[in-house]
Amino acid sequence: MTISAHAGDIDRRLLMDRSVTGRKAFTLPDSDVPEQNLPDSSFLRDDVELPEVSQLEVIRYFSVLSQLNFSIDTNFYPLGSCTMKYNPKINDELSNLPGLADIHPLQPDETVQGAIRLLKNLQDDLGEITGLPGVSLAPLAGAQGEYAGLLIARAYHNARNDSVRTVAIIPDSAHGTNPASAAMAGLDVVTVRSDDQGNVDVVNLRELANENTAVFMLTIPSTLGLFEPNILELTKIIHDVGGLVYADGANLNALLGLVKLGDLGVDICHSNLHKTFSTPHGGGGPGSGPVMVTDELAKFLPKPVAEKTDDGYVLATPEMSVGSINGFHGSFSIAVRAYAYIKALGLEGLQSVSENAIISANYIQAKLRDKYDLAADRYCMHETVLSAARQKKRGVAGLDIAKRLLDFGIHAPTMYFPMIVDEALMVEPTESESKETLDHFIAVMRQIDDEVDSAPELVHEAPHDLPVTRLDEATAARKPVLRWTAD
Amino acid sequence: MASSANTSVNHPYIPSTDSERAEMLEVIGVDSLDGLLGDIPIEHRHPKLDIDAGLSEQELSTVFGSIAAENASSSSGYISFLGAGSYSHYIPSTVRSILQRGEFVTAYTPYQPEAAQGTLQVGFEFQTIICQLTGMEVANAGMYDGPTAFAEACLMAARVTKRTKIGVLSTADRRLPDTLLAYSKYQGIEIVEISTDATEIPDDLACIGIQSPNFFGEIEDIERLTNLAHENGALSVVHVNPTALGMFKAPGEFDVDIVTAEGQPLGVPMAFGGPYVGLFACKKAHIRQMPGRIIGRTTDTKGRAGYVLTLQTREQHIRRERATSNICTSTQLIGLMVTVYTATLGKQGIKDLASLCYQKAHYAASEINGLAGFSVESLGSGGTFFHEFVVTCPESVSKINAALLDKKIIGGLDISDRLDNGMLVCVTETSSKADIDKFVQALSQIGASA
Amino acid sequence: MYPDDLKYSKEHEWVRMNGNIAEIGVTVFAQESLGDVVFVDLPDVGTDVAQFAKFGEIESVKAVSDLFSPVGGKIVEVNAAAIDSPEVVNEEPYGTGWLIKVELADASQLDDLMDSATYQPTLE
Ligand SMILES: Cc1ncc(COP(=O)(O)O)c(C=O)c1O
Repeated sequence: MTISAHAGDIDRRLLMDRSVTGRKAFTLPDSDVPEQNLPDSSFLRDDVELPEVSQLEVIRYFSVLSQLNFSIDTNFYPLGSCTMKYNPKINDELSNLPGLADIHPLQPDETVQGAIRLLKNLQDDLGEITGLPGVSLAPLAGAQGEYAGLLIARAYHNARNDSVRTVAIIPDSAHGTNPASAAMAGLDVVTVRSDDQGNVDVVNLRELANENTAVFMLTIPSTLGLFEPNILELTKIIHDVGGLVYADGANLNALLGLVKLGDLGVDICHSNLHKTFSTPHGGGGPGSGPVMVTDELAKFLPKPVAEKTDDGYVLATPEMSVGSINGFHGSFSIAVRAYAYIKALGLEGLQSVSENAIISANYIQAKLRDKYDLAADRYCMHETVLSAARQKKRGVAGLDIAKRLLDFGIHAPTMYFPMIVDEALMVEPTESESKETLDHFIAVMRQIDDEVDSAPELVHEAPHDLPVTRLDEATAARKPVLRWTAD
Repeated sequence: MASSANTSVNHPYIPSTDSERAEMLEVIGVDSLDGLLGDIPIEHRHPKLDIDAGLSEQELSTVFGSIAAENASSSSGYISFLGAGSYSHYIPSTVRSILQRGEFVTAYTPYQPEAAQGTLQVGFEFQTIICQLTGMEVANAGMYDGPTAFAEACLMAARVTKRTKIGVLSTADRRLPDTLLAYSKYQGIEIVEISTDATEIPDDLACIGIQSPNFFGEIEDIERLTNLAHENGALSVVHVNPTALGMFKAPGEFDVDIVTAEGQPLGVPMAFGGPYVGLFACKKAHIRQMPGRIIGRTTDTKGRAGYVLTLQTREQHIRRERATSNICTSTQLIGLMVTVYTATLGKQGIKDLASLCYQKAHYAASEINGLAGFSVESLGSGGTFFHEFVVTCPESVSKINAALLDKKIIGGLDISDRLDNGMLVCVTETSSKADIDKFVQALSQIGASA
Repeated sequence: MYPDDLKYSKEHEWVRMNGNIAEIGVTVFAQESLGDVVFVDLPDVGTDVAQFAKFGEIESVKAVSDLFSPVGGKIVEVNAAAIDSPEVVNEEPYGTGWLIKVELADASQLDDLMDSATYQPTLE
């Protein structure tokens, strides 16, 4: 057999297929205590079939796999709604400090004063930024923040003996977690339409809002990257019927220091620390989705809430708390990173984040609008939703354009969301990217538009230069193979 | 309006310069940022914010260094015997090293599989390892943490059986039913407590939720309880400690339907409670009711193997209010840590680790049991224990722990709400014999003066 | 694409009558708009279904649709082939890709359905 020379070839065999009996990557110390009796053998298992590989093989295997990923550290990643900004390295270092990474969640409060003080300071900063001073850092991601917020809304109505309120009004442009969280909270989802400008249809909202309305869930800015011009009217409509306004704060990156959600009539919101506050997304988490509320609603917050007392800092349970939505105190290491980010930027830095995020998105929009349709023809906030409807008519779908971008080392925009936009390509550049990067992206998007006519097969079959070409997702779902098996 | 419109400062995290911003604004066709903010009510624009000025990186290090120094931990010379859902284990260098790879750390959820094969293949390895450990047929790519995984498993059992009453064993950590309560409060679910020696259960239960080792560290009779569940048309949901699976029988051997666990012991820092990862495995027959992301193997247009997110129609972005869960962002990176950790320990290491924990905990228990006034109790199943055990103390645990703290010892968890003067003690491989002896001696002194 | 011997519902299901047994599936339009069918969830044999009521679900990689029965009655057979190899729904929607057979309770329900000539213009 001849071995062909391809430095780029990658060995993707799974760990179990690399396993060689007797190899090891690690040794444990010998026991230093007198030998203890083992339990009856009926309790005990035979071997656990885990891989047997050397330490170098562990390192090389995972290092090589890492190189198959696009990431913020290596690529422009304009994934709309996901705020893929620079994740400062110092944040990771600080979260790993001894004294932060190695403390146990059930240690007595007096032994973790620094940790609780940090949580309290972060709560205060988030309360200040959103204008909603009651804060719990317990939720482990945006969706859990939503759920916590809905539990608070329900508890508030119940406490007023107003338990007939079982409807959540949600715009048709909402993220899927909004209706899913509402259903978990036992609420019936009623959909409010968007108008032709991409705003919530005020007339429709007025028709839907009534004495059954528990909560109106609104994303601010909207998932179309737009600020609702009628926001004060929308929140008033809901308050007038006795409902609460929930803001999905996934898009908070547009608002830092520019406007406070609390000033707009929002009662409850969440924020994704893994978006606006720069904590790394990790390929799908961990996240953190703090929930912020008005003073009036603070007594319902999920536990714990960090508080300052005369005896120092404590983790407290609010008086009418909706309870424990997870095991301990939320994503502490993520909170450390987010706090470091706020401290590093300070007030002016935070304002500058949103300013630059908004300018960058509008710049891209201005430079591409002659080639791509816009979901709404007006200035956007921190992201612009393009539509590939024109390209679709010429035979190339949004999906194809997204895949073709990968060939240029640019991650695809968010596709087919929001669902109300045909062939949506949602582009969020963030403040982290330089003008050169934006110009390069613009040039590539324009070239792909040319390719739609000049070389359609290039676009249809993209990507060409990645570790794999398009994958057969239908077979993956029809005949699921979900783990390694011996054969 | 407190501040002017063009507040931009140059910051290391923000590359645009004043002249570049001006150029971009010109292309857009506005004079200043405010030209783009017309939709924001003017009276609420540029509010006053009480946030401190920014710090340099060096200042940041100093500030956080002093915050960290206010906490007591092993790095400041404390020894600890706390467990109860978060455990101190040695984390191998390989885990820390791979966690430095920005390609893993700073990627998004793998929505574009061609550009995320690294994340996806790791997730497939993770699912494999969870199946191997638990003896189950399929696993998902991870939940938020152990208690939410358990809560979602019970709700899944309710969907599978179309029943609404959920039984949780009385010996379980209260965090499990508490989280389940918060998750199920408005879904018409009733939670009932089942005693560990129950021989009968209501015939309309969706599942029995069993923690083993239970809150008190003891192994439950999973086989008997699972059979009892099945005889009544219920499922069995077993919440395990993954380290214990290095020596104790896997739940898959007992026909268990769903297995969940807190993944933190597998290479994840305690970090004051998170982020962790919930492990979730089940029988293949129930897979379409499973919450969370699932990664599957397939082929590309050239016939090469590759990995994708699959069975996505269960999830919120497609099924919206009818999804199996609202979970979206979960814990992929913590799953990576678990995968590297278990690959590093390997077949021999996981066994040695479990044995070391067992040996040390049993040594500590026999030493403490020999002290006047202290006794090791068996609560619940009466079976053997793994690396946690319950001690009744001669006086209140809060007093004892306060005295221990003076000696730089963080004692076991005060469980006097479940047992008078009860302390839950945990010992893992990170406690040396010297640490254990120091703890035992301190208890003996405190006990003598009680 | 829309055979003359079938009756159609506005939810894009078809019916073929054999005596009083109604064979039911989804139309070419339905399977093309879904894309690659990867899963069908069908009811147990012996259960009853009302006219226009939901009887199951059909899934592609990135979409789920409810299945509505164009006629009511007792379900006497479900297509195991469609469950095991859902691609048959794409390949032969009017043949091996059928979904359920229903014992028709009330023949007049057929009058509520469209023939091919009426159905096709609704797709434009
Ligand atoms: C608008 C919006 N809402 C909610 C979420 C859910 O957040 P998470 O993924 O952290 O649960 C996301 C992100 O995925 C989002 O973009």
